[in-house]
Parts: sequence; structure tokens; C-alpha cells
Amino acid sequence: MSAPATDRLAVTAPASGRLDTGPRPGLSQAERLGAVMGHHLVVYRRTWKGSIINRFLSPLFFLLSMGLGLGTLVDDGAGGVDGVPYLQFVVPGIIAVQAMWLSFGESTYAVFGYIRWNQMYAAMLSSPLRVTEVLGGHLAVVGVHLVVATTIFVGVASLFGAFASWWVLLTIPVGLLTGLAFAVPTFALSATLDNDNGFSLLYRFVVTPLMLFSGTFFPVEQLPAALRPIAWGTPLWHGVELSRDAATGTPPGWLGVGHLGVLLLYIGAGWVLAHRQFSRRLVS
Amino acid sequence: MRWRVSGSSSSVVPVTDDVLLRARGLTKRFGTFTAVDGIDVEVRKGEAFGFLGPNGAGKSSTMRMIGCVSPVTEGELRILDMDPATDGAAIRARLGVCPQRDILDEDLSVEENLWVYGRFFGLSRSEVHQRADELLQFAQLGERRRDRVEPLSGGMKRRLTIARSLMNNPEVLLLDEPTTGLDPQARHVLWDRLFRLKREGVTLIITTHYMDEAEQLCDRLVVMDHGRIVAEGSPRALIAEHSTREVVELRFDLDDQERHVDAVSGVGERLEVLPDRLLVYVDDGDAALTSLHARGVEPLSSLVRRSTLEDVFLHLTGRTLVD
Ligand SMILES: Nc1ncnc2c1ncn2[C@@H]1O[C@H](COP(=O)(O)OP(=O)(O)OP(=O)(O)O)[C@@H](O)[C@H]1O
Ligand SMILES: [Mg+2]
Repeated sequence: MSAPATDRLAVTAPASGRLDTGPRPGLSQAERLGAVMGHHLVVYRRTWKGSIINRFLSPLFFLLSMGLGLGTLVDDGAGGVDGVPYLQFVVPGIIAVQAMWLSFGESTYAVFGYIRWNQMYAAMLSSPLRVTEVLGGHLAVVGVHLVVATTIFVGVASLFGAFASWWVLLTIPVGLLTGLAFAVPTFALSATLDNDNGFSLLYRFVVTPLMLFSGTFFPVEQLPAALRPIAWGTPLWHGVELSRDAATGTPPGWLGVGHLGVLLLYIGAGWVLAHRQFSRRLVS
Repeated sequence: MRWRVSGSSSSVVPVTDDVLLRARGLTKRFGTFTAVDGIDVEVRKGEAFGFLGPNGAGKSSTMRMIGCVSPVTEGELRILDMDPATDGAAIRARLGVCPQRDILDEDLSVEENLWVYGRFFGLSRSEVHQRADELLQFAQLGERRRDRVEPLSGGMKRRLTIARSLMNNPEVLLLDEPTTGLDPQARHVLWDRLFRLKREGVTLIITTHYMDEAEQLCDRLVVMDHGRIVAEGSPRALIAEHSTREVVELRFDLDDQERHVDAVSGVGERLEVLPDRLLVYVDDGDAALTSLHARGVEPLSSLVRRSTLEDVFLHLTGRTLVD
């Protein structure tokens, strides 16, 4: 039985008209972002194996060693943290830390390389794409990674009984926002640096101290008073607190709104800076 | 596009007087440094137009303005009847850009590089695959299509970059030093591909610092130096206007050259003294050699050749193109 001609026509995708001579149909914003994201996902399909240890196993190691190993001591000795079993206390912290790690991993050398080494951003900008989509598309892919990684980790951690409430699902958007609060400003930084030496300093003097001093493994109140402003002024602690509220099903209140505001502020200010630096570097 | 069959021959030549690109007083400054200093250029549809100039002449800076990725500092630029400042995306949709450096994603395969790039122009998946198949053939990369880009040879990467720049079926192709760094054979393969494109009606805008490339590829060219245009015309017209028909090259023992300058300078229309040789500009090279001989000038070696754009450049600027 042969299909009617109209059916067969419907199967072939319509021509985009963008190969014709003369003025060509413009791209919608969704098509622009989709094209940029498509590129990054094709690259990721080629390279994901190399990042799997950092991305998925490190958080798991922390879960096992801190949550289960150290947790037994804490729970036996002090009855948890403020009455919450240590595993349930620390896992939301690890969610936020994982988001920070992943964001630095995706927005330092990767962004610098796209500007300096293989210059893929420049290739994108020689098409109808503009800085907004080149930047936004790459950040959107980082966002996808954050959501996937957080979801997987939440799933794995729940097998160990790390959560007390279904509200834990809210840690997924919290992980996304926490990650972006690091990724967006780091995009701006990576577009500003003249060489990649700065990144090792960043890891040594920003990433590691923040991980240790942001209420991840113990409440910030235990910190010497002089160190507490580090936590207040940077995104990680705000992400940890939000994540913890979500995981324990605590209604966030005004403090939660403040945490959210800080994360959004980092994202918003980071976007303005990143857009400016990208334009300076790539469209000059 | 209008086509006219020229004369009695069967070759079909696209004929246009349509101006595709017009620049007036086009200027690019980086801070206080002026890289492009008020140039006037007109490129017509279907033409192969060249910018010939030494390192730092401002060729790439000009190309980046034409490619709508670098804002014009001053002056007027119109491409395809549009203004890059306001219609950059619409112009770029119809341009192909082959930058000076191959910017390929080396983690991806040959065909993946083409596919993702086609998507930047909003081509559908099936269009992207079909275009890539055609262009892999065109670039003679069909056998390497599934290989990663990184280990490819320089010539292959260059061909891939050019294939990629054609993914959107551009009406204008910008080629920034298309064959720099390639061996002679790879250059000829590339030139052949570019001729084909031109025959198909694609307007080519080429920069180069090789005079043979300019002579081979360009219908018309401008000679650039220090951000300015110092001459303009077809390769043949430029040579006729700024040089003689033939050139005699004389080489002497290193410290001997000085002594002979006086004796040689009476012969021919003009003499250029280079560090390693004398260039005598004449209409008849053999006759000049005879009269030099009569004057007792005995060089280590002598060579008679026809004038090239290199000589034009030397005459106009007092410097050689490639140093
Ligand atoms: N982004 C920039 N910032 C500052 N100066 C620049 C920039 N781009 C180019 N220049 C300067 O402008 C001048 C012209 O450079 P351009 O790259 O246009 O020359 P070119 O003719 O393409 O040379 P080459 O043959 O070496 O490619 C050079 O002196 C270069 O250093
Ligand atoms: Mg150049």
C-alpha cells in the first residue's frame, strides 16, 4: 500500500530558506540558543568520560566519608547537629559544593579555551549568532549539567536515607542557582584573564576555602567570628542554607528570601560583566 | 543573478555591475593605533577581489570589519546593501568566513565540525547533513569524515575550514590568507577549489601577502601598506602601470654589490638595491644583460624574469612583501 503523496511530503522537513540567495529568514531566539547548546552537547558527547570522576564520584566520596564515616562519630558524640543526624545535615551542603565545583570546572579553562585556544566563540560569532546567545547558550548548557548532576546525586543520596522530606526535590533548582552564581561571574573572569595561571590561584584560594568555610560540614557559627563574613559575602553559604532548608523541609522565611536574593545578585551582576567582557574580547 | 553567454564561446559568465561591498574612508583604530586608515573599496558581485599587503598592513582588521565582527571606527561600510552596525546578523547569514587561523573544534570529527556550524545558521538537520556531504566531497575529505580533526594535516584543516565557511551557501566568501603555511601542492589544490567557487558565482574577497596568489586568484586588488591603499587595479594593469615588462636580477659577491651600483644604474628605467641583489627594471632583459656585459659588469649570477606584483609593491613602498 503506497502512502498518498501529501503524506510523504509531510515527512521531509521543510527547507529553512537559509541556503537561498538574497535576504534569508532570521533565526528565532530559541533557534539561536538551540544552535549554541547543540554545539556544546556534541562536544560533551565526545568528552564526558574524562570528567566523570570529578563530576559524579567526588561528591559520592564525600557522601561516604563525611556523611557516613564522620557522621557516625558526630551522631554518637553530639547527637547530630542541632538534633539533625549528621548525614542529613551534610548532604545538602555537598549538593551546593558539587554545584560550585561543577561550575568552576565548566567555566574556567573551557571558556578561556573557547576564547583563546580553539576560538570557537569567534566561529559562532561569524554566523548570525550574537554575543548574547553565545554566552547564554553556553551558560544554559552549564545549567543543564547542574540539574543533571544534582538530580543524580540527590537520587543516590536518598538511597542512604540522607533526606527527611520530599521537599528535597527543591534542592535541584537550588543547586542550579548556586552553580550559576559561581559560573556566570567566572565566565566574566575567564574572558578577562590574559593567561590561564589565574585559575590555579582561583582553585587554591577561592574554591577550597569556600568549601571549608561556608557551613558545608559544620555550621558557620562554629567559625571564628573573623571568618564568618567570607561565608556571608560569597554564594556558597547561601546555597548551602537554602539547600538545607529544602532537604529538611524547613519553611525558608525571610532569611531564605535573602539567600535567594544574594544568589540572583551574583547571577545578574555576573551576566552584565560577562556580556561586557565577551563583547570586548570577541567583537573588538 | 543575470547570466550572459559571452561571445561565441560556451562559457557562462555571471555579469554584474552590482556593487556588493562599498567602503568609504573606512577606518579601524585600536586605542590610539590606527590599523586601517581611511580606505575606499568597491567590490562587485561575482568578482574575486584581493587585499595584498605585508604583515601588519591591516588586512585582517579590514576583513573583520567586513565580516561584521569588528565595529567600524569611522567611515562608511555597506555590504549587500546593508549596514554592519545595524544588520550584522542578516549580513553574516549570507557571508562565508575563513579566518586567518583555522578555528576548528579539534575534539570533534570532521563531519561534526560541519554539522554544528551549519546549525549556527539555522539550517535544518537534513540540510546540514546534505550540505556536509557535498562539501566533504568538494574538499576531498570524504574518507576522513569520521576522524577527529586534531591529527589532520595543515592542508586538510585549511580545506575543512573553507568547507565549513561554505555550509550556509554564502554569496560572499571572505578568505584571510587562505594558503599561508601550506606546501605548494596543497596551495594549488586550494586555488583550484576557489576557482570553482568563483565559476559558480560566489564573490571572493581574499587577503594575501603572496603576490603569486594575488595574481592567480584576483580579478582586481588593492595593495595595502600601513593601513592605507597605495594602488588599485587588476594584477596586469598594476604591473603595467608601476613596473616594467621584465626585470633583471643580479647577484654579486657580498661586499661587491656596492661597487657595481653606479655602473648598473644607467641601464634600464629603474634600479632597486636589495640587501642581497640588484633589480634592474627594463623592457628587454636580454638586451640589458648585453649592455651590462659591455660595461664590464660581471655578476655571480643573473636572471631575467617578468615583473610581478612583488615589484609593484617594492616600487610603491620601497619594501618587499614577505620578509
Ligand atoms: N585587537 C587588536 N588590538 C590592538 N591592535 C591590533 C588588534 N588587531 C590588530 N592590531 C594591530 O593592527 C595592525 C594590523 O593588523 P592586521 O592583523 O589587520 O594586519 P594584517 O595585514 O592582517 O597582517 P598579517 O599579514 O600579519 O596577518 C597590526 O599592527 C596589529 O598589531
Ligand atoms: Mg592578517
